[in-house]
Amino acid sequence: MFRSLAPPEYLATIDRVKCIRCKRCIQNCGWGVYSWGGDKILIDTFKCVKCLRCYHYCPEEAIEIKDNPTRFKQNAYWGYHNIRNIKRQAETGGIPLTGMGSDLPYTILFDNLLIDACQVTNPSIDPLREPMELRTYLGKKPSSVKIEKGKDGKLKLAEPAPPQIKLEVPIIFSPMSYGSISLNAQKVLATAAKECGIVMNTGEGGLHEDLIPYRKNIIVQVASGRFGVNPEYLNAGVAVEIKIGQGAKPGIGGHLPGEKIPLEVAKTRMIPVGTDALSPAPQHDIYSIEDLRQLIYAIKEATDYKPVSVKIAAVHNVAAIASGIVRAGADIVYLDGFRGGTGAAPSIIRDHLGIPIEHALAAVDDRLRQEGIRNEASIIAAGGIRSSADAAKAIALGADAVAIGTAALITMGCTTCGKCYTGNCSWGITTQRPELTARLDPEVYAERLINLIHAWTHELKEILGALGINSIESLRGNRERLRGVGLDSFTLDILGVKPAGR
Amino acid sequence: MNHDYQKDMAGCGLTGLISRKRRRVSGSHIAKSLCLMTDRGNGLGAGYAAYGIYPEFKDFYAFHIMYDEPSVRRTVEEVLKASYHVEKIEEIPTSPVRAIPISPLLVRYFVEPLKEKLVGDVEESDFVVSTVMRVNSEIEGAYIFSSGKNMGAFKGVGNPSDIAEFFRMEEYEGYLWTAHTRFPTNTPGWWGGAHPFTLLDWSIVHNGEISSYGINKRYLEMYGYKLTLLTDTEVAAYLLDLLIRRHGLSIPVACAALASPFWKNIDRMDDGERDALTALRLTYGSALLNGPFSLLFGHSNGLVGINDRIKLRPLVAAVKDDVTYMASEESAIRAICPSPEKVWAPRAGDPVIVGLED
Amino acid sequence: MVKIDAKGTYYRDLNRKVREAVEKGEKEIVLENVNGQYYIGDGLRGNVSITIEGVPGNDLAAFMDGPTVRIKSNAQDNIGNTMNSGKVVIEGHAGDVLGYGMRGGKLHIRGNVGYRVGIHMKGDKKQGPTIIVGGTAGDFFGEYMAGGLLVLLGLDGDGPIVGDYLGTGMHGGTIFVRGEVDKEMCGAEVGVMEPDEDDLKVLREALSDYCADLGLKLEDVMSKGFKKLVPVSARPYGNLYAY
Repeated sequence: MFRSLAPPEYLATIDRVKCIRCKRCIQNCGWGVYSWGGDKILIDTFKCVKCLRCYHYCPEEAIEIKDNPTRFKQNAYWGYHNIRNIKRQAETGGIPLTGMGSDLPYTILFDNLLIDACQVTNPSIDPLREPMELRTYLGKKPSSVKIEKGKDGKLKLAEPAPPQIKLEVPIIFSPMSYGSISLNAQKVLATAAKECGIVMNTGEGGLHEDLIPYRKNIIVQVASGRFGVNPEYLNAGVAVEIKIGQGAKPGIGGHLPGEKIPLEVAKTRMIPVGTDALSPAPQHDIYSIEDLRQLIYAIKEATDYKPVSVKIAAVHNVAAIASGIVRAGADIVYLDGFRGGTGAAPSIIRDHLGIPIEHALAAVDDRLRQEGIRNEASIIAAGGIRSSADAAKAIALGADAVAIGTAALITMGCTTCGKCYTGNCSWGITTQRPELTARLDPEVYAERLINLIHAWTHELKEILGALGINSIESLRGNRERLRGVGLDSFTLDILGVKPAGR
Repeated sequence: MNHDYQKDMAGCGLTGLISRKRRRVSGSHIAKSLCLMTDRGNGLGAGYAAYGIYPEFKDFYAFHIMYDEPSVRRTVEEVLKASYHVEKIEEIPTSPVRAIPISPLLVRYFVEPLKEKLVGDVEESDFVVSTVMRVNSEIEGAYIFSSGKNMGAFKGVGNPSDIAEFFRMEEYEGYLWTAHTRFPTNTPGWWGGAHPFTLLDWSIVHNGEISSYGINKRYLEMYGYKLTLLTDTEVAAYLLDLLIRRHGLSIPVACAALASPFWKNIDRMDDGERDALTALRLTYGSALLNGPFSLLFGHSNGLVGINDRIKLRPLVAAVKDDVTYMASEESAIRAICPSPEKVWAPRAGDPVIVGLED
Repeated sequence: MVKIDAKGTYYRDLNRKVREAVEKGEKEIVLENVNGQYYIGDGLRGNVSITIEGVPGNDLAAFMDGPTVRIKSNAQDNIGNTMNSGKVVIEGHAGDVLGYGMRGGKLHIRGNVGYRVGIHMKGDKKQGPTIIVGGTAGDFFGEYMAGGLLVLLGLDGDGPIVGDYLGTGMHGGTIFVRGEVDKEMCGAEVGVMEPDEDDLKVLREALSDYCADLGLKLEDVMSKGFKKLVPVSARPYGNLYAY
């Protein structure tokens, strides 16, 4: 009898001549692909997800992971994922889950936008030797400032300014909860955030006490599951984020499988060990915009008016929704686009609901400006930021800062295999199995993430230099410095961007 | 372009009261109730509807018309005079309010359709509806706020107290009031977008978002309604007009169509009721209001409060003597009725229907 | 004791006065003429007792950590939202979504409550929340419950005391309902059983505090049988997904 009518996606192979039977592959694979057969390594290739942990840890370079040539017949209409999901559903009656952002070939607008550069009529700037400012403040900006002269003759603010989050670069780490990722992965994020002068976000799994030393670089999240939320938690970070939705799964809740709820996670979340942690689709105290205001101000009252961010998935009516969020008193609007990552989402939802961040960001920035309230809140763009170029384009479209999740995880070893929901991550990132999480040494991997942020910082400065501007605020919302390539006039209109050549 | 609309979305607070003995109370009363919930709105819309305010013109349709563009007043008046006897025209009295520096021109007309215009079996009410539809959809810069008899809507961009002061609500006396404070997420600044929303003597105030708006709109368009405002509330008003006035459903049945029982509960009913509710649901599936809402609708003979099938928006009711109150929050009722005889929270989808005693 | 007249006071000013009084070390605060002010006791800590005369607004005692609040009349929606510890006693009815995500402390309500009460309550070995409702409850009572104790008494009549979808999504904690429970009204995740001796001990202890707060006789409340509702599976959705 066959095991499954869905053939394995990958073929894990060992060059038997090179193999020295050191069994490192067995130890390293979190998926159980390899086992010891008495005289040789046995392979269960059905379990392979191509995370490449074994490949990197094989001292003899004996391992090769190939795309399975015996996969279904190529069909331009019935894609591999369609056929595979149907076969899995026929076997289980379940909803196929997936991790990471959508990998389907929808148009990627970032790749159809190009950034301007200076030639002759205005000078570009040498970013290595001349000042180049990326510092960004997130929070409500007053529409005007009253400044008076104090008794000592020095200028001072007549009214206190709204609270801000200071970022050295306009990049933050997106919310990833303890539970969906390991504590060590969160420590990597926290360490890098502190070192780089930016912030990480707890996600909705509460705050583990080991992260308390990093509180000045942490945004705490309140979501529908209310995990780990108490007055201390609300006051533990620099801001509080209310999570309404996530780009990978707009309109649906979270569901952290019981495999990822060992004692420590259960304690932090205050739920029983091994149960599925349910985050309802809505927050049940928010069914309307005035309810959101009620929660925003409940949090402000409880935190002596810390900035409150509201995270939403980019959906069709995002502009009107964002406007409502700003009018409801949010200091930050976090937009998570269609390509945004996830630890677990039904693939049918991930791949078919929502809109890309580029459209959403452009529409929201436009709407807030039309209504004269763009200063009232900062915009964070997220959902598939792959490089500093994506970041620069998002900022030019109107974002104050971008948030990265997947890019940060890739520095920790992630290969975007998309199996985060199983809790078997061989890199120790999206797992709670102690033998796997122990691999992710926070100090070692924080260094790699810090390197990434530094590299992107340099790249952003190079881009600004080429644009002849030496401060990030001159790029923010400066769509005149973007051009579209191969985009139709509707899309250009939505983006507020001219076609290249014009 | 029909598909290229931007639906309005708004959160809100609402309140209403009815004297079952037709005892008329001042508008300052309802304003006090509404003002308690100012925080449920964002200062970008408030409004009041009142019944029994024009006893001396009670047989005439009272058209409250807003002119964004004073120049179109002549066009509208020509349209009216061609089909109606116009008993009286006057500007709606207003008071200057600091928070409302600019306002549209607001004029009211007491009219009745000319008999010779009602050809064939055209109902007078259908004729009035077609006039309202025509002015609102075809004459840019003019908008009919309300069109019922012995009632009127007063609404605009501002917070509840400013709008009450602006329209001098304390000078009106009505036996039925509804009021609304609004939290629009759409481009603010248009007076017509505020609630109550009215048609003939229907008036609606609404809290929440109707997620089925797209199909409700297309369903109504099939029956000749022109949805010009792109608000959920407009849909609710027209559905009531269609179901109750044109299709002749009773108010409880219309409510069961708009907030239908779940199949699970229909299946548990006895045969007759099950068949009836099944048929109702099949017929009016496109009229089902889905998504979070609570709404109050007033008409000349009563007040109805209803919320959605899983109670996603609040609604509280109270009774004291001959008056029934309904509001988003109990405190809004207590602001004008400190010790009601009875206070209760209606169950999901279960309408509170209050009629006049006469 | 300090009295604060809340008449016509905006919530932000009222709550600031309350916080200032607590910071001064005031142990007993009476708020008079309250009507509709939001967020009373929001995020408040310490050992203080607040008595409210009038109907307080939404989100009362949200994130509260310690204080005791007594409401002499009805109360509105979202009380005890994500509350951590302390107690709220409501002598009248209360609205929807009470004790959402509550982590500890007690909500004692004499009258009826609305929809979605006690949803997503938490609990662990150190602490757990308790909500006791004297009257009836609307639909979705105890939805997503992960811990703590919910008790529904139905003291005021013979009609149905619970709404539909009781305990739907429940995966921890315990619900006690006084009287019979129609299985049709329960979520699929819920098992209905007879309480044992230990259960009755827990119940008796919780109810004696409740009765003391609201001037009821424990024997009267315990005179009728209870049903115990617990999750039948820690992972009710284990088979929902394909891996």
